[in-house]
Amino acid sequence: MFDLLRTYLTFLPDPVTTTLIILIQIIMIVIPIMLAVAYLVFAERKVIGYIQVRIGPNRVGPRGWLQPIADAIKLLCKEVIIPDGADRFLFVLAPVLALGPALAAWAVIPFGSEVVLANINAGLLYILALTSLGVYGIIIAGWASNSKYAFLGAMRSAAQIVSYEIPMGFALVGVLIAAGSLNLGDIIEAQRGNPLTWFWLPLFPLFIIYFISGLAETNRAPFDVSEGESEIVAGFHVEYAGMAFALFFLAEYANMIMISALTSVMFLGGWLSPFIAFADVPVVGLFFGDGIHWFVFKTSLFLFLFLWFRATFPRFRYDQIMRLGWKVFLPITIVWLVVVAAMVVYQVPPWFAGS
Amino acid sequence: MRRHDQWLNPMPEIRNMTLNFGPQHPAAHGVLRLILEMDGEVIERADPHIGLLHRGTEKLAESKPFNQSIGYMDRLDYVSMMCNEHAYVLAIEKLLGVTPPVRAQYIRVMFDEITRVLNHLMWLGAHGLDIGAMTIFLYCFREREDLMDCYEAVSGTRMHATYYRPGGVYRDLPDQMPQYAASKWHSAAEVAKLNDGRQGSMLDFIDAFADRFPGCVDEYETLLTDNRIWKQRTVDIGIVSPERALQLGFTGPMLRGSGIEWDLRKKQPYEVYPKLDFDIPIGVNGDCYDRYLVRIEEMRQSARIIKQCVGWLRENPGPVILDDHKLTPPKREDMKGNMESLIHHFKLFTEGYCAPAGEVYTAVEHPKGEFGIYLVSDGANKPYRLKVRAAGFAHLAAINEMASGHMLADVVAIIGTMDVVFGEIDR
Repeated sequence: MFDLLRTYLTFLPDPVTTTLIILIQIIMIVIPIMLAVAYLVFAERKVIGYIQVRIGPNRVGPRGWLQPIADAIKLLCKEVIIPDGADRFLFVLAPVLALGPALAAWAVIPFGSEVVLANINAGLLYILALTSLGVYGIIIAGWASNSKYAFLGAMRSAAQIVSYEIPMGFALVGVLIAAGSLNLGDIIEAQRGNPLTWFWLPLFPLFIIYFISGLAETNRAPFDVSEGESEIVAGFHVEYAGMAFALFFLAEYANMIMISALTSVMFLGGWLSPFIAFADVPVVGLFFGDGIHWFVFKTSLFLFLFLWFRATFPRFRYDQIMRLGWKVFLPITIVWLVVVAAMVVYQVPPWFAGS
Repeated sequence: MRRHDQWLNPMPEIRNMTLNFGPQHPAAHGVLRLILEMDGEVIERADPHIGLLHRGTEKLAESKPFNQSIGYMDRLDYVSMMCNEHAYVLAIEKLLGVTPPVRAQYIRVMFDEITRVLNHLMWLGAHGLDIGAMTIFLYCFREREDLMDCYEAVSGTRMHATYYRPGGVYRDLPDQMPQYAASKWHSAAEVAKLNDGRQGSMLDFIDAFADRFPGCVDEYETLLTDNRIWKQRTVDIGIVSPERALQLGFTGPMLRGSGIEWDLRKKQPYEVYPKLDFDIPIGVNGDCYDRYLVRIEEMRQSARIIKQCVGWLRENPGPVILDDHKLTPPKREDMKGNMESLIHHFKLFTEGYCAPAGEVYTAVEHPKGEFGIYLVSDGANKPYRLKVRAAGFAHLAAINEMASGHMLADVVAIIGTMDVVFGEIDR
């Protein structure tokens, strides 16, 4: 498609065309993500609603489908209140810093075998770096708000994210060892075969730990101490209103989708089909073959888990989260790294036979 | 030592942070204002400020005939309405020296226990929500809805019932539960489903509830009792030793959670409690988890008591209020056709009745603890002085002791376990 576009735009200098194409591609990723975020919020309210024996939003539009649009319009129309004692510059900068990395990380996610904005070799490192940057938005928000609740929330969040980066990073190292590459497309290719050759099985502890760390990383229940409603009201974004608040909200949900997408890429084979044997059957083969729909499906599965956990579990206390991260997850990941390394070295079939 | 450190380290000494917790705080259970002195996340001192919901109930009662203050009692602890009424009505009866008919006593006991379930469901939902478990809140409210319907069926209101009267209860139990009607939002089929359990009398409805309720409690327990996070958040939090619990004036589940078997229903029985069969659960460690278990078991025991009351009430019809029209209003029918009754009605609803001079204290085992009414009469038609002994007041006073040394998140769990309601604390 873009090659076709390039032939029409030959009158423009080459760098301009490239920039234009990249911009179009960015828009093609960001808009679906924004829509996904909006409807993830809707899905959350519906799913949790049904778990809690109630109906959830059903008034705006047919069966409530326009609710997220209405919410967005409401938030856009509200005043962004900047508290008197706040640092104005940082206060406005913080939500941008939260959302920016959350969106930028999507650049390297492979949606299909050829569908990726930036197919860079250090994709995994890039993601690790950008997801870590998100914490700055939270810390700056907590600091700039000049409120004790926000400050406590920021401190909790900073400590929590820094702690969970480590087991998360180790889990990624496990994937790196297993796949032998930092490129996300190559990681998926390394899992090719059937659902049993996907990395969730050989890396099972890392898979679980990665997803739970992802919960902690995105400040979702049961790890939502940084905005724990009943303790510190709303934590770091307590002073934010209107669109500034909405940006934090968008960032949180974009991160959730991000973590789910990464889990499905690294442990469940991304766009690989579990029914690849049927891929050659006419008509239905289109569905059973590899493709973006499998990626979306697997991502949705993890997103549902996010919502399910939120409806089920009480909230951890801050120090208990730290204990879980440092005393449970970290040792397990380290041990399993050794196991993975051994499996790779001794070429344990079926996963590492060819490597 | 500290001075020495300061000399070595040019950093200024960092003061504790003072955090103003409430009154507008999601976990403040209404209008609690706590001034927390914190060292990081650890609480050094918790100073509760009360009075933001003060409505002068005790003073208001001094200027109204006895019966007209019953409605104020509902509004004290607004999640266990009829138990508050009960203590007040018992006080007046003691002053007047009257005993209500046995059927009225059974109805009162049944509604006391319904109220206990209502209160504990509210507590469980709010406590769960404080600790971050959202779903339990809505599960609890599902069952509360049925009990609220019972309140409505018997008194006409869902919360502030004003149902108990000196000399009995205002009306007998209705023969039919109210039904839902079809509307724009509910089709006839949906309404038929909603009305499914409401075909019989009110006693049938309550009986069905008492049968179903232990299963519901099991459901709550699957969500919380063995949940590791729930245990991490409640076990060993806010421990109160039995001795200390007595010294602090704890009553109700707060005292029983610490292992002291004290329940006014057993120790100072009132109404028909001696005729009923039920157990008093007690805790061992006196922490938030034990108090949680005690309250859960109390709900099961309440269902048991309700069941026994329903059985008795089915078999023994009879009057539910004394037939003394100096104290209780005559039937409306008589009032319309009989001069004497009209005069009684007029006198009762304007002047009320006069109680002999004297002072009484009555207490009931309220869901939160001992709820007492101290009533002084000078022989007039209204109290000379009314003093309310609210259980929550003594419990809240212990917050500094219970929360010191714990973390901010534990303060929320401790407020939850105290089951404070500011209607009764601020009065």
